[in-house]
Amino acid sequence: MIVTESLSKRFPRVTALDRLSLDIAPGVTGLVGANGAGKSTLIKILLGLAPATEGTAHVLGLDVTKDGGTIRERVGYMPEHDCLPPDVSATEFVVHMARMSGLPPAAARERTADTLRHVGLYEERYRPIGGYSTGMKQRVKLAQALVHDPQLVFLDEPTNGLDPAGRDEMLGLIRRVHTDFGISVLVTSHLLGELERTCDHVVVIDGGKLLRSSSTDEFTQVTASLAVEVTDTEAHPDGTRALRAALTAAGATVTTGAAGAESLASAGHLLYVEAAGEETYDLVRDTVAGLGLGLIRMEQRRHRIAEVFREADEAAATPATAGAPSAPYATQDGGAHDVA
Amino acid sequence: MSPEPTTPASAAPVSAAPGGAYIHNIGYRHYDGPRLGRAYARRSLFSQSLRGAYGLGRSAKSKVLPMLLFAVMCLPAAIMVAVAVFTKASSLPVDYSRYAVYLQAVIGLYLAAQAPQSVSRDLRFKSIPLYFSRPIERVDYVVSKFAAMAGALFILTAAPLLVLYIGALLAKLDFGDQTKGLAQGLVSVVLLSLLFAGIGLVVSAVTPRRGFGVAAVIAVLTIPYAAVSAVQGIAFVQGNEAAVGWLGLFSPITLIDGVQSAFLGGTSSFPNGLEPSTGAGFVYLFVTLAVIAGCYALLMRRYRKAGL
Repeated sequence: MIVTESLSKRFPRVTALDRLSLDIAPGVTGLVGANGAGKSTLIKILLGLAPATEGTAHVLGLDVTKDGGTIRERVGYMPEHDCLPPDVSATEFVVHMARMSGLPPAAARERTADTLRHVGLYEERYRPIGGYSTGMKQRVKLAQALVHDPQLVFLDEPTNGLDPAGRDEMLGLIRRVHTDFGISVLVTSHLLGELERTCDHVVVIDGGKLLRSSSTDEFTQVTASLAVEVTDTEAHPDGTRALRAALTAAGATVTTGAAGAESLASAGHLLYVEAAGEETYDLVRDTVAGLGLGLIRMEQRRHRIAEVFREADEAAATPATAGAPSAPYATQDGGAHDVA
Repeated sequence: MSPEPTTPASAAPVSAAPGGAYIHNIGYRHYDGPRLGRAYARRSLFSQSLRGAYGLGRSAKSKVLPMLLFAVMCLPAAIMVAVAVFTKASSLPVDYSRYAVYLQAVIGLYLAAQAPQSVSRDLRFKSIPLYFSRPIERVDYVVSKFAAMAGALFILTAAPLLVLYIGALLAKLDFGDQTKGLAQGLVSVVLLSLLFAGIGLVVSAVTPRRGFGVAAVIAVLTIPYAAVSAVQGIAFVQGNEAAVGWLGLFSPITLIDGVQSAFLGGTSSFPNGLEPSTGAGFVYLFVTLAVIAGCYALLMRRYRKAGL
């Protein structure tokens, strides 16, 4: 989908991209980096709107310097900032944008109705955009990026400004863009945690350089664990500890939540049980029941990408002291392109 | 990449609509129809902007002012025609090429209202990146907007000329004379439309605030005109007729007035009907074309940084 070869972009005073080489496959790819890491510059170059200082980039097999127009016909773009005029309805606006993408008038109207429905805008699409909530505006922005049925969309910080529920909905929608619509996605975020549920692949850039590029499954699925939280009872004033002892005795690997990115308040009450298979669930259930504790929650939990990166860093620095779960990552670079 | 199964909730197949009807979600359909590309997108932007300049495809409220000004623009022509027909006059009371100069205030108001709405909105609401992430490029955007604004002004200024022409023929005035007059008038309003559209768009594109744009366009059109007229008046009283001719170069409407009086058979509105000589007329024409080209260049420059 996207291939870049030692792509650099230098401005008089800053280097936005520094010999970045990427090879992004179809699917949902997260592009993570702090503000100013070069994410937007990369998108601009990939859309053929800004020339790279050096290096090459191909999108959908097309050269960005020569075929910018063709690329932009087949690619959608959702900007980070507000970009919607408040005085027109979502339908009018998206129809106009569809025509700007080259769709004939009738097709533009039909695709607009379809796309707005798919992103979850119904009757309100006939009302002026000025009255929409942030979540609805984000949906309109997504719709205008999808209306011409692109093969690939660039979504720049699509969850910006959304509340947690809106964030989850948007992330679910992004996932559907790939699974249901068959459109590949490059989504940027400065929040690692957000992308772990959504993306097949995560690329981390910092200061215009590639920090890491690996599949999400690779480094989160192998560490699937169960987060278990139980109540305390009279018989077991510290239910968490009792359960931990019982589970360890039964042969399960149990850790406390200290390493998690969870809030501190709940960390002490969470147990992480390494899931060996189906039997682990039964074991937890039976053990909790046996102790007479109330089970507050038992959820499948992947390690956060953030932890993985941190652990990978630690493992690289001090391999001997790194915890057991982090050991695989040090060697799991796979297709990753290490920074020169 | 192996797609993961999504949560069932996000892919609900059927949703209930009010009234007991069901909308069956038939899933995502790909578009495999034609993609008409850049030239089509440019034409679409042009027609959308041109229609927008008369409030078409916009709210009812935004149709009021342009339609009102259009009516105001045509009304004097209709009255003149009526008078000419009833009095069996031997000529129309006004030259075709001077009509727009007489009604410059109306044209100025129209431009001040419509130029900012055409370009400031995209800047203010940052819709520009949405255009430039599509097949069209900067030059397409600028050309479309420029052409649409000039087209809208041409409609505004040419319509009354047509009214005059049809009226003149009804009054059985000389066909050859009238046709020549109309042609000259149309040339002058083409120049005027291009010049005013350029100035209006450049001024509006400077500020994303529509209100400022309106005020600035009015200022740019009226202040130089007032200044030029005043200084011309003074120069005329002092007997410096050469200066009167040259001063007209410094405001948009007197520029057009100079061109039309030198080449297009009209008389000027300068004091005492003074007209630039043919040589000076070429200077007027040159300056007019240079300002139009300059406005285009400035617009291109303005949008160079307005990308993503």
